[in-house]
Amino acid sequence: MTNVQITVDGTTYEDEVEPRLLLVQYLRDVLGKTGTNIGCDTSNCGACTVHLDGRSVKSCTVLAVQADGATVDTIEGLASTDGAGGDGDATAGWHPLQRAFHTEHGLQCGYCTPGMIMAAADLLRENPDPSEEEVRHGLEGNLCRCTGYVNIVKAVRTAAAELRGEEVGA
Amino acid sequence: MTATEAPTTGHVGQVRLRKEDARLVTGRATWTDNITPAGCLYMMVVRSPMAHATVTGVDVSVATDAPGVVAAYTGADLADAWQTSLPSVWQVTPDVKEPPHYPLTQDKVRFVGDGVAVVLATSRQAAVDAAELVDVTYDPLPAVTDVAQALKDEVLVHDDEGTNRCYSYHWDSGNVDEVFEQADVVVERRLINQRLIPTAIEPRAVVAQPEPTGGYTVFSATQIPHILRIQLAIVCGVPEHQLRVVAPDVGGGFGSKLNIYAEEALALALAQKLGQPIKWTETRSEGYQATIHGRDHIQDLAIAATSDGRIVGFKADIKADLGAYLQLVTTGTPMLGAFMYPAIYKLEAHDLTITGVFTTKTPTDAYRGAGRPEATFAIERMVDELAAELGMDPMEVRRKSWIAHEEFPYDTITGLTYDSGNYEAATDKAMALFGYDELRREQQQRRDDGDTTQLGIGISTFTEMCGLAPSRALGSLNYRAGGWEHATIRMLPTGKIQVITGTSPHGQGHVTSWSQIAADALGLPYEDVEVLHGDTAISHKGMDTYGSRSLAIGGYAVHEAAQKVIAKAKRFAAHLLEASEDDIEFADGTFSVRGSPDAAKTIQDIALAVFAAHDYPEDMEPALDAEATIDPENFSFPHGTHLCAAEVDTETGRVTIRRYVAVDDVGKVINPQIVEGQVHGGIAQGVGQALYEEAVYDADGNLTTGSLLDYHVPSAADLPAFETDRTETPATSNPLGVKGVGEAGTIASTPAVVNAVVDALRPMGVTDVRMPTSPQHVWEAIEAAQGGAA
Ligand code: FES
Ligand code: FES
Repeated sequence: MTNVQITVDGTTYEDEVEPRLLLVQYLRDVLGKTGTNIGCDTSNCGACTVHLDGRSVKSCTVLAVQADGATVDTIEGLASTDGAGGDGDATAGWHPLQRAFHTEHGLQCGYCTPGMIMAAADLLRENPDPSEEEVRHGLEGNLCRCTGYVNIVKAVRTAAAELRGEEVGA
Repeated sequence: MTATEAPTTGHVGQVRLRKEDARLVTGRATWTDNITPAGCLYMMVVRSPMAHATVTGVDVSVATDAPGVVAAYTGADLADAWQTSLPSVWQVTPDVKEPPHYPLTQDKVRFVGDGVAVVLATSRQAAVDAAELVDVTYDPLPAVTDVAQALKDEVLVHDDEGTNRCYSYHWDSGNVDEVFEQADVVVERRLINQRLIPTAIEPRAVVAQPEPTGGYTVFSATQIPHILRIQLAIVCGVPEHQLRVVAPDVGGGFGSKLNIYAEEALALALAQKLGQPIKWTETRSEGYQATIHGRDHIQDLAIAATSDGRIVGFKADIKADLGAYLQLVTTGTPMLGAFMYPAIYKLEAHDLTITGVFTTKTPTDAYRGAGRPEATFAIERMVDELAAELGMDPMEVRRKSWIAHEEFPYDTITGLTYDSGNYEAATDKAMALFGYDELRREQQQRRDDGDTTQLGIGISTFTEMCGLAPSRALGSLNYRAGGWEHATIRMLPTGKIQVITGTSPHGQGHVTSWSQIAADALGLPYEDVEVLHGDTAISHKGMDTYGSRSLAIGGYAVHEAAQKVIAKAKRFAAHLLEASEDDIEFADGTFSVRGSPDAAKTIQDIALAVFAAHDYPEDMEPALDAEATIDPENFSFPHGTHLCAAEVDTETGRVTIRRYVAVDDVGKVINPQIVEGQVHGGIAQGVGQALYEEAVYDADGNLTTGSLLDYHVPSAADLPAFETDRTETPATSNPLGVKGVGEAGTIASTPAVVNAVVDALRPMGVTDVRMPTSPQHVWEAIEAAQGGAA
């Protein structure tokens, strides 16, 4: 067992973990932060995507011990206020990507969504105005079986426009 | 389609942003794997690494002593736990072979992944470690990996059955021999509809927990909580009323969660045995073995026509690889397509044989479309082959042969009645959007220039039958269940309502769409409707979600329940307004007296008055709640025209979709955004079959595409933006005029794409490219065609 100190969504946790424990298992099974999902065992699906020190990673490819001393941001910490539990005003505190996935219908079952949004957030950090092609290639590591990606791509570009300060929608 | 401002009247037909999304985009969903009751034991299934072997010994003693392990059991240890085999729902022929299928096997293993033992430990990791300590000895038997080999019956998958032939079904109508003899042209092909893995992104998971008050709760990543409840009650011998099944948030299904799985029965049986909660979550690679696969048909086909391109006959001889055991709808999946081979065409003769065959592979079952993608692929590919043979434009052949709009309702040669359709309208719209003639000109130019990148145009003018289904029709086919659906509306004292549905959404947006239907029917604000589902303690009655049935039957039930609420409320209104019931009018949520508009009560007024119950008619109960169980009178027949332009690099074999246009007719639409999303996702899965996906077994019966590393689920970079539009020909079999939409895109798109690929290569003599049309398969097709020409 190894001692780790990891800051997840703004809270610092200290735990004894097995060296082989994956970061995603640490988040889900140890911390009970189940907003981050697992969709595969070969690091192909991207459902587990989080930010490690600000950069997008598949949390099933990182050991918890490797995240010792690091900052991890998950979907659960993305909204500026707790946006869970309703419609209307609840969306006000959401990240533009969360709002755009909602308005553009970029999710169906929603299982890929936390990873997809976290991957998209990092994509937009690097490229604030991606073309359709750039979004498609940028999200290549995140699989969605429901949407056919059309509305995911739209949502990412809509959020990008909002993040650039452009007028969106109406 | 972008979100629009709420219009002033009516929710049906308008975009309403989904009520489901809030918890999903913020990471607050409740997936089954998120549920970990106190004292929960983690279950791990020990699976066979061999495709076919006699089990000579299973020793769990070392595993039982491992750290954290609470118990371990062999198939023999649990033999008494089962009242009956895992169910097969459809007795497709009177003599269908239905070999027993228990959650753990004892005598033999029959596919890689077959469960032989189970380990329970206090942590996930301890269970994983201990499973490796279970010592199983095998006496290997030859694998049976293809249907031709299986049908020789030299090696039997189920010895007691005496054959690997599970069933043979035959249907013919019209004078088949005469029609084919007299036809000017007959084209024959063998097409392969390869094996696929559904791959819902949420893996399967189950948690079974004993309740302190008696009975059990089973949480499962399932599409079918209601069917699961009754079947688990039967298999495990739990009284049905003491079994609560909950489908919490479920991350996609596509048929893969439409089953009664070994692990669900094991978790419940072990919760019974140990009195502790049991949890199991598959890994993706485990799921690729233990969760059903789809398709896997060999199709020997013949199409007959007149020289001017009128299709007169179709023959299909189908060999369906069922895998090792019968899961819930394994036998029935090919049968769900049996009536659809003639599709939209007016045939004079039709002949169909389906042979279901056991092999030593993962069982196949219903995967998005279930039988209808196979049938549609067969006919739509063959129409293109016929057109090529005749030197005609493939759309021209279709126009000559399809059912004209004015011929509806139309009785088909397979005994169905298509209630409505307008193939002309959908096709005209699609052709215009696509720029068909212009693309044909470009194609000709590239052919003339000998361009190494050729352009192909593929057509699919599909229809399908969905909305499973009229119960009497199912009964006549020896399907062991009905096809009705249930809805309850609870009127709360403040005039808000709860709609309880028997459907079980897992991405389809029923909460939103059912809210729209109920709000419009009752004249209530959309926000005042809550939709509850997926928990048998709340929704006691339902037939769940699959086969594009939910809206046409479940949505209809919501509408019908609302009519009953209105009928009751009307009588209360008449009483309160001191008017005759005949003079009461209902519009926009208000009951008023004809001719005196000031005398009115809103439905909220009535809800409160009924709750108080101080003043109501003598012969009534003080309640507005109502329920409806709808048994549909017919299937639903969505249709549409999908057009694909694909570029094929004749040197590398690489296929790129340049345009994909889909015009679907799913009847009336409740929420266009949700419908469009269903079409997008459906097309993506059909394109996945056409271009990328195949579950491959080696000769020893190992699944060589055993994880997402090797099984190519398309990413965003693999797919184009699909262009979609609709025509709207209402269904006549329900008052909402709606048809199913969940499977349409998948059914339509596979032949559209493959037709485009073959069309691109046709000048090189290619008449088929085996799916997936990967660079290798394209290259092989070119080689074969040119070798043949040389
Ligand atoms: S769970 Fe991490 S990539 Fe699939
Ligand atoms: S929304 Fe279901 S997997 Fe993406």
